[in-house]
Amino acid sequence: MPPILAEIAQLVVNGIMTGTILAVPAIGLTSIHAVLRFPNFAVASHATVGAFAGYVANVKLGLPVLPSVVLAFLVAGAVGVAADELVLKPFRAAGFITTAIASIALTIALENLVRFGFGNELRGYDLPIMRDWRLGGIRVGPQQLQNLAIAVAAMAALFAFLAFTRTGKAMRAVADNPMLASIKGINADVVARLVSFVGMGLAGLGGMLIGLDTTIDPLTGFRAILSVFAAAVVGGLGSIPGAVVGALTVGVGEELCLLFLSPDYRSAVGFTAILLVLTLRPRGILGQRAY
Amino acid sequence: MENYVIAMAVSAGIYALMALGLNVIWGLAGMINLGAVGFFAIGAYITALATLKLGFPIWAGTILGTIGAALVGGGVALLTGRLRGDYLAIVTLGLAETIRVISSNMIWLTNGTDGLSGIPGPLRGSLSPTQFNLLYLGVVAAIVAVAYLLSERLAQAPFGRVLRAIRDDEQVAAVAGKHVMGFKVRAFAIGAAALGLAGALYAHYTSYIAPDIFVPLLTLYIKLALLAGGLGNNRGALIGAFVVVFFLESTRFVIPYVPGLSAVQGAALREFLIALLLLVLLRYNPAGLVPERLPRIAPS
Repeated sequence: MPPILAEIAQLVVNGIMTGTILAVPAIGLTSIHAVLRFPNFAVASHATVGAFAGYVANVKLGLPVLPSVVLAFLVAGAVGVAADELVLKPFRAAGFITTAIASIALTIALENLVRFGFGNELRGYDLPIMRDWRLGGIRVGPQQLQNLAIAVAAMAALFAFLAFTRTGKAMRAVADNPMLASIKGINADVVARLVSFVGMGLAGLGGMLIGLDTTIDPLTGFRAILSVFAAAVVGGLGSIPGAVVGALTVGVGEELCLLFLSPDYRSAVGFTAILLVLTLRPRGILGQRAY
Repeated sequence: MENYVIAMAVSAGIYALMALGLNVIWGLAGMINLGAVGFFAIGAYITALATLKLGFPIWAGTILGTIGAALVGGGVALLTGRLRGDYLAIVTLGLAETIRVISSNMIWLTNGTDGLSGIPGPLRGSLSPTQFNLLYLGVVAAIVAVAYLLSERLAQAPFGRVLRAIRDDEQVAAVAGKHVMGFKVRAFAIGAAALGLAGALYAHYTSYIAPDIFVPLLTLYIKLALLAGGLGNNRGALIGAFVVVFFLESTRFVIPYVPGLSAVQGAALREFLIALLLLVLLRYNPAGLVPERLPRIAPS
């Protein structure tokens, strides 16, 4: 392969890896948006909470990566339900502007709770050091592959849950038409709690997966938030398959931009993607409508 | 000590100007702006670059910064005007973050995270620090007074009435024959201009700007000021700005006395309290200290 093609192939592979991981919090965000109908910026701090819960499990308690990841999901989900119940829920009646602002305040509050407990320094997970694999000139890290597998498994579990269980169907019904769902006797409060748990749990899981690749600090979630929102908007806000497609698009796009941009501009690429989509096709790739 | 008090009054004035601007966007037109700090940064960077690199006079740089912020604001509103409000939320937050990323990394232009220093201030060289502070306080006070009067006029004028109508029910305003999009774009541009002007005033006052200054927390301060004073009215915005500066400064003094806290923990506690206060105000007292009074319409 000529070197430029090899480089592009490497970037596409990297993009698919980061995109798959990005899809996890993007699904969390978009499913909360589908059911509760506001952009929940607290996804950022829940990603941080998950990353640190996983850190405590992995480094302080010495658990392997897999159980730590599960713990990251559970802790972030539990915090998500509690925060929604105590903080955000009362705002929803006042409209989405108030709720969105409240979710920003919530994210700064939670982020600072983490900072209070852990400080600002960068922390890394306790991972075995492994040599990258080479497949026809393309480098792949075993840890990256494991992260990819975890992300895919989490998404498969979510899709199965939404497609085959009664509760999952109830959630989709509320997202689709809350009025009709309530006529059919679906309890909207229960569904709200459930979507907060699953959505914020996925945000926490995503935060830990991002951290496994690099390091974590209290700003881990906030740094990723633009890419997460870009994924959800590009795919179509409120559409779960859209979030996956959007995340892969944004992931590959961010990597391909490395051909001519320094990696520091990564989140600017996500923002550009948002602007492009809103100009050309506001409802996103798989979304239904945006007005 | 007197310099400190004057400096706090100047920052309260700058916050008041931002609160007035945000009040047009959020309080009057009911549009969300989660990236107020981004427009503040645009004003600050434009005037800093114009005066430092192109040798513009301070007033010209300030005007340029104001116009730049207004144009970006109008563009943002134009892009998202027809969409659901959540998109405006995402774009404004994204804009502020992107400006921070770009200003941190475009080192040849903005000097990166080291920031730009030596931004000129009016007569800074020939006055004592106290005199300079007093002069600047006078300038800021005059600008805030003018901005306040203009905002009052705006809120009473038919233009403000249409904005309130759009805020309360966009469809009704459209049915009444109002060009909703045009009003939204102009309202956002006017508000963003005030935010940009505040940023330019900040840059020429402190003579130093860096990406670290333009954090999302600053947007929260301004929202806090508006909510404390009362959303949708300009007197509330002024009072709220002073209340917020007083609160911010008093926590700065009190928290170091809490025993057993490290510096990072103190800072975290302070930011936590600010976010908490915003949530409490938003929840329990959205009308603020000075509730909005709608002008009576005389029976004809």
